[in-house]
Amino acid sequence: MNVLECRNLTKSYGSTKALDNVNLTLESGRIIGLLGPNGSGKTTLIKLANRMLVPTEGELLICGQKPGVETKKIVSYLPDRNFLPEWMNCKELIWMYEDFYKDFDTQRAVEMIRSLNIDHKMPMKKMSKGTKEKLQLILTMSRRAKLYLLDEPIAGVDPAARDYILHTILSNYDEEASILISTHLIADVESVLDEAIFLKEGHIMLHDNVDSIREKSGVSLDEHFREVFRCWEN
Amino acid sequence: MSWTFKSDQPIYSQIVERIQIRIVKGTYPPGSRLPSVRELALEAGVNPNTVQRAYADLEQNGFLRTERTNGKFVTDDHDMLRRLRMELSRGYIEELFEKMTGLGFTRQEIIEAIEAQRGENE
Repeated sequence: MNVLECRNLTKSYGSTKALDNVNLTLESGRIIGLLGPNGSGKTTLIKLANRMLVPTEGELLICGQKPGVETKKIVSYLPDRNFLPEWMNCKELIWMYEDFYKDFDTQRAVEMIRSLNIDHKMPMKKMSKGTKEKLQLILTMSRRAKLYLLDEPIAGVDPAARDYILHTILSNYDEEASILISTHLIADVESVLDEAIFLKEGHIMLHDNVDSIREKSGVSLDEHFREVFRCWEN
Repeated sequence: MSWTFKSDQPIYSQIVERIQIRIVKGTYPPGSRLPSVRELALEAGVNPNTVQRAYADLEQNGFLRTERTNGKFVTDDHDMLRRLRMELSRGYIEELFEKMTGLGFTRQEIIEAIEAQRGENE
């Protein structure tokens, strides 16, 4: 079963095409990098999968269904900005997740939060940026979803926090589910990815296994990305 | 923390080499059980599918065997392990020769340089 499928998917904002006739199939049990420079259409694709946007043309299916109430039960989404009520503390956030999502694994969330050593009564607004990012990721990964959509999970945090976040993603990996990670910090995610998608101006430039990209190009994914998206001519 | 990888080779083949070194060194003794795919993936900071592929490669070459429910085990075939040790050393020596030839050394000069340095180190 394909976890996510795009058929001739186009999304226009006025005369600008953020995604242009995209065809894409993602299988289950994979960790996939959605890679591209700013403005290449990464967030648009993720928002279409969450029905925060609707396609201009074509379609996007999640486990064979159009995005909506049913797909939200199986998709766990981490937006690229803080989306949680800042006045809530860990305990209240856990209650909220339990209420909203049947697939939320409280035990798992509590264990991971314990490893962060944060005061359960501290409201989110008093936490550091890194702690907030970690907490949001923990909540997102504590759902037993079929598809995780992580929009820039490691942007704006220090390297140690990045390691923590990648470790959290790996330790929650499940063969039945797929994880789509959008980022432009390729060197950091390279070793955890199965597949990479290069997105440029709304088009898919490349979609392949990371190891075969390294084998074919003879360089790392990060270096290959820099070649494909070079911003100047020489 | 996580392992570091060379950028010009597939990650799985670098994991294969690390495991081979651990087998030869005795970190994973003959007949012993290897870490689960998940454990090793977390240690290395890589995708579990990549570790799976590395294990499959090692198994295909006879260095590991699978016990249906118990996981992966290092072979206890000592001929096989001796061959692995030689294979790794051959690779390193080849690499040494390649680099030294790149510096313009002849075969004879390389061997002399090794001898000379060994004298210094002793």
